[in-house]
Amino acid sequence: MIEIMNLTKEYGSFKALDSLNLKIEKGTVFGFVGQNGAGKSTTFSILATLLAPSSGTAYVNGYNVQKEPREVRKQIGYMPDFFGVYDQLKADEYLHFYGASYGIPYQEREKLIPQLLELVNLSHKRDSYVDLLSRGMKQRLCLARCLIHDPEVLILDEPASGLDPRARIEMREILKELKTMGKTILISSHILPELAEMCDQIGVIDQGKLVAEGSVADIQDKLRGEKIIFVKVQSSLRETVSFFEDDPFISNVQLMDDDHTIRFIYKGSAEEQTALLKNAMVKGLPITSFAEEEADLEDIFMEITKGVEMS
Amino acid sequence: MKNFVINPVLNKEFKLRFRSFKSYLGILFYLLALGIIIIGFVFIQSLSNSFGLFKPEESKMMFMLLSMLQLALILFITPGLTAGVISSERERQTLNMMLTTTQSSTSIILSKLVSAISYLLLLIVASLPLYSFVFLYGGISPAQMLTTIAFYVFTIIAFGSLGVLFSTLIRKTIVSMVTAYGLTMFLAGGTAFLTLLLMQLGYNYSGNPSNVQHVPFAYFAAMLNPAIALFGTFEPEIIDEITNVTGIEFPLWAAYLISYTVITAGAIFFSIKKLRPNMKKG
Repeated sequence: MIEIMNLTKEYGSFKALDSLNLKIEKGTVFGFVGQNGAGKSTTFSILATLLAPSSGTAYVNGYNVQKEPREVRKQIGYMPDFFGVYDQLKADEYLHFYGASYGIPYQEREKLIPQLLELVNLSHKRDSYVDLLSRGMKQRLCLARCLIHDPEVLILDEPASGLDPRARIEMREILKELKTMGKTILISSHILPELAEMCDQIGVIDQGKLVAEGSVADIQDKLRGEKIIFVKVQSSLRETVSFFEDDPFISNVQLMDDDHTIRFIYKGSAEEQTALLKNAMVKGLPITSFAEEEADLEDIFMEITKGVEMS
Repeated sequence: MKNFVINPVLNKEFKLRFRSFKSYLGILFYLLALGIIIIGFVFIQSLSNSFGLFKPEESKMMFMLLSMLQLALILFITPGLTAGVISSERERQTLNMMLTTTQSSTSIILSKLVSAISYLLLLIVASLPLYSFVFLYGGISPAQMLTTIAFYVFTIIAFGSLGVLFSTLIRKTIVSMVTAYGLTMFLAGGTAFLTLLLMQLGYNYSGNPSNVQHVPFAYFAAMLNPAIALFGTFEPEIIDEITNVTGIEFPLWAAYLISYTVITAGAIFFSIKKLRPNMKKG
């Protein structure tokens, strides 16, 4: 179980994390989604005892990351977003090194390593040098490394980034297997649909704040409550823009490059949308087109992380 | 203890070091540099002698030359081997993964230091056959030889600890290396220059070498200089001269040992403290 309470991390005047609160139950696969720089890696670094928070605190399986970092390290398997490998070291030796670093005796490691390599489909690469493995294989090997001390919590920072579609699917299958093993998994990505497929719960983080949290279905419902609408006008552009900006259900009004098209996010119901169009007509705005774009999960995620807070 | 001897970081470092061709090249060039100078020395000495002989009394001089040269090489290699041990892990993006394991910071720092020191010791051991040239002509006692080796080991540990400290504190290996080399140059060359300068001041004040004005600061510069400390074990007259000018009678080798023991302990302590973030302070 992970509990994050009012976690804040400041770098000078910049707040990388702003009073983050989060509770993740045991056995949950929690997806942490946000743009680059939103605060995902900062949160993970604090949970992995690599970074001290400015204020607030976090617990991993009941252990305080600040007061009991050594205990926390026993509980977690951490995979950073960017990591390197040692050249001149074979896959088997790589796992032996980390196994020994967790104090696992040699005989036990000898039994454990073939099982882990099999779990991540790398049994055939046991004697290969790690720097010669493909990126996908390195990611899987790193995942095996995270599992060597059988941690209850896995903290995986963008484990699928930079992987080709096949490697992504392989990674997803391994994570599904880990989920069935009852691990609590905290996984981050900037790609929401990717997380939606494998997570029980999702948290959307933006500018260091959690802007949405809940089950995948909840988030999808919330996100799908929004529409992106394109309106084309012949003239009176400024007047039309201010008309739409005044509507309480409209946000993020933008003028497109052609100087005739306005784009905005609409949160109202279908009836309210009809009334909006009718009012525009009554006002005599020279609208030639009023079209709704079918937004996918990714588009709407992009919109909410532009600063629109969801409750 | 068992955990330290078969420590994972040490084990990995040994594997990586001896799988690299560079390590063997390093030993080759080290021995070549020493060997060429020794043979050159014997050759030049025998040329200057009308009978083409190498006199036994010149053997002591050759030992001193070899020892000072070896010290210079050690001071040149130690920062290079140690000033990147932590920062290179950081640059290679392997440090964070190591720090999230349950290995203690003490174990990581000491293993890194021991691994670098071991390679330097290997260089010294590999150079021992060159000393057989000296023993061939006599003039040097085995005790003198052992003292010199013990001096090397101590100096390697001291300068190695400083390298590890810079590597821990400074993020970039290149900056850490430059800093470590800068400090080593100051401690090896700068303090020698300061000693000479201050001793000269002592002579100048009095105007008479036999009646000098005491300049105690020259002692503090000299006690930090490995070359003066080592040379003092060969030629005690130089130490007498320093004692005469500074007025401090405490043995210089003991001052060297004490000062570098304190520096080493401090460097290792701060390296251990600074390896991981202080989680209690944001």
